[in-house]
Amino acid sequence: MKRKQVLQDLTTRFKQDILEVFDKSKTRVYIEIRPEAIIPIARYIFKDLDARFNIASGIDTRKFIEILYHFTFEELALLISLRVKLDRAKPAIDSLTPVSEAFNWIEREMHELLGIQFKGHPGLKRLLLSDKWPKGVYPLRCDYKEWDKTAIRDRGVK
Amino acid sequence: MKKTIIPIGPYHPLQEEPEFFMLTVEGETVVDVDVQLGYNHRGIEKLSELKTFDQATFVIERICGICSTSHPFAYTQAVEDIGGVEVPMRAKYIRTIIAEGERIHSHMLWLGLAGHFLGYNTVYMWVWKLREEILDVMEIISGNRNNYAMFKPGGVRRDINPEDIPLVMKKIDKIVPTLKMLYKAVRDDPVIHARTKKIGILTKEESINFSALGPTSRASGVARDVRKDTEYGAYLEMDWDMIVTHNGDVFDKVVVRILEMLESIKIIKYCLLHLPDGEIDVKIKNIPPGEGIGTHEAPRGETFHYVRSDGSNSPVRHKVRAPTFMNLPTYKATIKGEKIADASIILAAIDPCYCCTERMSIRNTKGERLFDGKELIRLSQAKTQKVKQKLGVKESSLEKLVQGKL
Amino acid sequence: MGITTKALLKSLWVFHLSTGSCNNCDIEVLDCLTPRFDIERFGMKLVGSIRHADVLLVTGSCNRKSAERLISLYKEAPQPCLVVAIGECSMSRGIFMPSYNCPRPLDSLVPVSAYIPGCPPKPEAIISGVVKLIQKIKGK
Repeated sequence: MKRKQVLQDLTTRFKQDILEVFDKSKTRVYIEIRPEAIIPIARYIFKDLDARFNIASGIDTRKFIEILYHFTFEELALLISLRVKLDRAKPAIDSLTPVSEAFNWIEREMHELLGIQFKGHPGLKRLLLSDKWPKGVYPLRCDYKEWDKTAIRDRGVK
Repeated sequence: MKKTIIPIGPYHPLQEEPEFFMLTVEGETVVDVDVQLGYNHRGIEKLSELKTFDQATFVIERICGICSTSHPFAYTQAVEDIGGVEVPMRAKYIRTIIAEGERIHSHMLWLGLAGHFLGYNTVYMWVWKLREEILDVMEIISGNRNNYAMFKPGGVRRDINPEDIPLVMKKIDKIVPTLKMLYKAVRDDPVIHARTKKIGILTKEESINFSALGPTSRASGVARDVRKDTEYGAYLEMDWDMIVTHNGDVFDKVVVRILEMLESIKIIKYCLLHLPDGEIDVKIKNIPPGEGIGTHEAPRGETFHYVRSDGSNSPVRHKVRAPTFMNLPTYKATIKGEKIADASIILAAIDPCYCCTERMSIRNTKGERLFDGKELIRLSQAKTQKVKQKLGVKESSLEKLVQGKL
Repeated sequence: MGITTKALLKSLWVFHLSTGSCNNCDIEVLDCLTPRFDIERFGMKLVGSIRHADVLLVTGSCNRKSAERLISLYKEAPQPCLVVAIGECSMSRGIFMPSYNCPRPLDSLVPVSAYIPGCPPKPEAIISGVVKLIQKIKGK
């Protein structure tokens, strides 16, 4: 399929779930979708269109928590990023791990660094942070504050 | 049969990076693996938000020492992608030269370690001695053996001195015949065949399902390489081959890496001989609000950087994804059903760069500790001795080559 | 100088530990063993267990998970065990000082006998640093 066909196919097939399409350049397209539709759209792009899942990036934008799922279409040299916006108080979305193992670790990472709940994830436990890290403290959030009283934050040079 | 658990790690001398792998075994066969990361997590994504776009390049370089160029290469492309900045051609060539030089030194490093895991200690020492030649080349071009500090958003920081080029070409030409001999020796060595063929197979379907990258996936027949699939750097200016093999076992991964080194040398020589004139950077006045993505084919696979800007001097969000993050889960697929003696070489075949991935350690729940990481390497080396005895070989062709060259 | 110290200085056994580093320093330490620099001719060798070590070479910025392991490993080391901090990260955490996961520098966790600066320090610098350490001990 050519680039134009891929975009047309996605926008007609998921017309009711796609909120906005930002065609930034020849190689970059950002599509905002409803969070409830993530599984069918991601499954279609990953399995039926044979795209490669690159990674997902979560960001706390003060107003909401946003996740971008990046998929690469090698033959078209195209990168499509699916954007979902989640409620900042209780961010939750369906897990994509049942679709493919490739989503497993990044969802665990976003869970512990941003506090996003992934419903249906087979093992949502800590990946990077130590077990002694306090619960409910998410380092990548905008309002993260230093909680460790014993931390030394100067270089010791008087 | 009783299941026992063997932890590898976290610290043992030749897996320099700390990680924790827990294998569950039944007898001698591995049935499950658990990885635990976090020993290298330094919170770099949060650190980028405290620096300006230019300063962040220095932090990014120190994500990983072995693939120290791949991260700034992807990051600077992400920043340039936000506003659509076009980098001058000379800068693209210089970036390509540095990136390929790094690929050669990284693959050589890996070859040495793989040699050690298999019990070829002389090969380990010899390949690392050869690697010093490439590090000399990088020092002549950029001033440092690692951490080259050549990249910045908009171009490169320093130019290549034309007087250095003949010496660099001479050093590179010294490596080529040795690499070719090394390839032939590995290809024909019956001991290496016995130790690495049909071991740790990653099928094409598994590779696609895990979204594996780099030589790990190219050895399974998945023809993906960012340098061929995307237009960046100077890669499309010359003729070079993407190395793809189809068996997905450890032997294929060795072959892919050796042949890739030869292609990298081709690319470097072309770039040095055809370096275009012109500026080495464009001045970027300010980065507009928006988001950008940059990718680069690091020695281990595709590095992915996502940067968001709000028009100020610093990034608002910087997401880093190193290739090992996608490759490491494939260990689960390749180790199940294999023997303990092969565990270390199968893990090494992924070429895990833990510092990039914030190390995961594999951990199983409970069980008695039979061996530690050092023992597992010793088991692997002992298996090579047994194979040599079985084949009636005193010295394999690879060892003969090294003895002659030392 | 006692006979144990004399014996120690003749042939130092080195244990290398990485506490959350980018690995550059670790590769340069391993480079010291390779034919071009070859510290084995000075009698120094890399050992696989802390219980055999005279010198603990530490790299990395001591992040939270690694710091726990560092302290338990240091307790297992037979004294005298000299700690050498290699690279900027182990000296003061370098650029990782503001990081949420790197709260304390190395010398607030274990006593350090020598610092070798660099990012990464070249193998020549590492060898020079260890030689200075040996001379410092001989001088005592």
